[in-house]
Amino acid sequence: MTPTVSHTCARLSQLASPSDNVVMQTTAVTPDLAAHLLPSPNPVQLLDPTGTEVPQEGTRRPYLMPPPERLREVWRAMVIGRRFDIQATALTKQGRLAVYPSSRGQEACQVGATLSVTGNDWVFPTYRESMALVTRGIDPVEVLSLLRGDQHCGYDPKAHKTAPQCTPLSTQLIHAAGAAYGEKRRGTDNVALAFIGDGATSEGDFHEALNFAAVFEAPAIFFVQNNKYAISVPLSKQTKAPALAYKGIGYGVASEQVDGNDPAAVLAVMDVALEHCRAGHGPFLIEAHTYRLDAHTNADDASRYRSSDEVTAWLERDPIARVETWLKAHGALNDDLVSATHAEAETLASDLRDRMNVDPQADPMSLFDNVFEQRTPQLEDARRMVAAELAADAEMEDQS
Amino acid sequence: MSVTMSKALNQALRDSIRADDDVLVFGEDVGTLGGVFRITDGLTQEFGEQRCFDTPLAEAGIVGFALGMCLTGYKPVVEMQFDAFAYPAFEQITSHVAKMRNRTGGKVNLPMVIRIPYAGGIGGVEHHCDSSEGYYAHTAGLKVVTPSNSADAYSLLREAIADPDPVIFMEPKALYWSKQEVELPCKQEPFGKAAIRRPGKDATLVTYGPSVPTALKAAEAATEEGWDVEVVDLRTISPFDDETVVESVRRTGRCVVVSEAQGFAGVSGEVAARVTERCFHSLSAPVLRVSGLETPYPAPMLERTYLPGVDRILDAIARLQWDDTPDLTFAPSHGGAA
Repeated sequence: MTPTVSHTCARLSQLASPSDNVVMQTTAVTPDLAAHLLPSPNPVQLLDPTGTEVPQEGTRRPYLMPPPERLREVWRAMVIGRRFDIQATALTKQGRLAVYPSSRGQEACQVGATLSVTGNDWVFPTYRESMALVTRGIDPVEVLSLLRGDQHCGYDPKAHKTAPQCTPLSTQLIHAAGAAYGEKRRGTDNVALAFIGDGATSEGDFHEALNFAAVFEAPAIFFVQNNKYAISVPLSKQTKAPALAYKGIGYGVASEQVDGNDPAAVLAVMDVALEHCRAGHGPFLIEAHTYRLDAHTNADDASRYRSSDEVTAWLERDPIARVETWLKAHGALNDDLVSATHAEAETLASDLRDRMNVDPQADPMSLFDNVFEQRTPQLEDARRMVAAELAADAEMEDQS
Repeated sequence: MSVTMSKALNQALRDSIRADDDVLVFGEDVGTLGGVFRITDGLTQEFGEQRCFDTPLAEAGIVGFALGMCLTGYKPVVEMQFDAFAYPAFEQITSHVAKMRNRTGGKVNLPMVIRIPYAGGIGGVEHHCDSSEGYYAHTAGLKVVTPSNSADAYSLLREAIADPDPVIFMEPKALYWSKQEVELPCKQEPFGKAAIRRPGKDATLVTYGPSVPTALKAAEAATEEGWDVEVVDLRTISPFDDETVVESVRRTGRCVVVSEAQGFAGVSGEVAARVTERCFHSLSAPVLRVSGLETPYPAPMLERTYLPGVDRILDAIARLQWDDTPDLTFAPSHGGAA
């Protein structure tokens, strides 16, 4: 028996006009009904660059100033995170890392978003989220395994509920949507927090992820760090959207934009997003306006596409200084604690330096271990070949 | 009882859903409609939308979503509607699904099945009939399975769903409606075991999936020429059963590889290379290939010329240097049909 044409032309038939018995459903969506999905017209900001509280006017939702203790914890993690980042960049210059994509300048996003979720929530990082992973409590050496090149992922993704750092852009957002939906099906209130950058919002998987998460009402937070450049290409060449946060409404995803260099605002917006997700209202899109102070990676030359004046202007919007000023003004931070925290950061950096100065051991025989649960006969053949090569090499060395 | 391959696949899905609460079936049109080929027919009706559901029309989304669900312990069985429609998911499959166990040092495995109706012979219009198995077989970390009959369809799909690693399950569209006497449930040989579908002593046809019935017809026809031809059905392209193939070819001394996919840089070339590497001193003739042509998959009316048919297989068998007459059928530089 041969199939009918309608089987083989399934896709084409979708172009055909609907038959008479299909009721064309149109949901009248008035601007008011969709308005709750829209981001605020301007990025939410609770602290201005001088560390002064900003009166909240015109935001779509109410955003509350986090308590001083929480801001102090974020400040501490930012100080440590920045020191880690600087150390990692230094390790590239010493040849200890193959490459390092810095997130210096983006500390409020890396730390603020990460500290907002719990250990039961999932995190889906990109290669730029090393600071976020250290903030999450993952051993910095394990975090840097990918970039050192001894393993693709040095930490246990299940133990940390943290996916491997993702290099193909925006592909991990769909995984986040799936994991979030899985958590929902399991009856937990856990969410999936997925990071991406501004350039990756042009990738198709970004759109598929938002759409899937929305359709399945999956508790996923898509956190876009708009650091203004995708390597060298400015945002103006990526999109005509008024802001990336406006990309949510087309998928029915509630969205917000935030000053990504304001740790207080990042926490406040994350809190709203988390409440939205945990209450079963589906996914949430956040665009954090921030800036990558360093080049894309150590292999990049940022002076080819941006001016030093621009970088200087962003240095004045420093997330750490901003919250430090506020904390001191509110008696929540003193010089002793500042010194102690910087000392703590130095200890982490020197410990990292020491541990990264040890040559990592990568066992050639491990190549065959995790292709499948059980090695195929073909893998066994290749394994025997490599074992024989290694044995021959060892014999040569013994003789010499 | 007489069972079509589509019914066997449907039964395998049903039985897997019953056997394991974490098995979920999803994809485009697989719910209410039961899939464009009806392989998921009745699943939503019997098990509810919690177990078999429609997704948005986006293949990268379907595969990536399945990956995410694996992280929370589910075992997704997703359907790509047609071979060529799976290409949007290619990055998800090759960069993520295939590599997850490896890149996480074995910490994360993906017990996922991606079902892909593939190959031709059904008069499908453009983009409905690709032989895409080579892309997946070329990717380390994927198992690539393709049944040629109802019993294997059931057994291999059950095994794929139970497998702790991702399986690309390639279903020959042209065989969906082929029938076989079989009692379900049934358990056949596991992954990595080829099957001798027809014993013979003069030459071996190595083939898989949609080409198995064609090869069997050719072997039958070859008896009229006095050739007793063995037919080996690979069943799983990856892992590959070197043992059965090599044993057969060493015994017969002649080998033709038959596949619908184009010969250049494909599965058939891999089989020919493996046979040559392992059977050189047993071979009385070079290993030949009868494959799809090195052209894009043709319009339906040209399909008959494109696909490896009985006559082209018989021609290849005839060219296996049965005597010392030189084979001048093709110029030496020709890399074409055989």
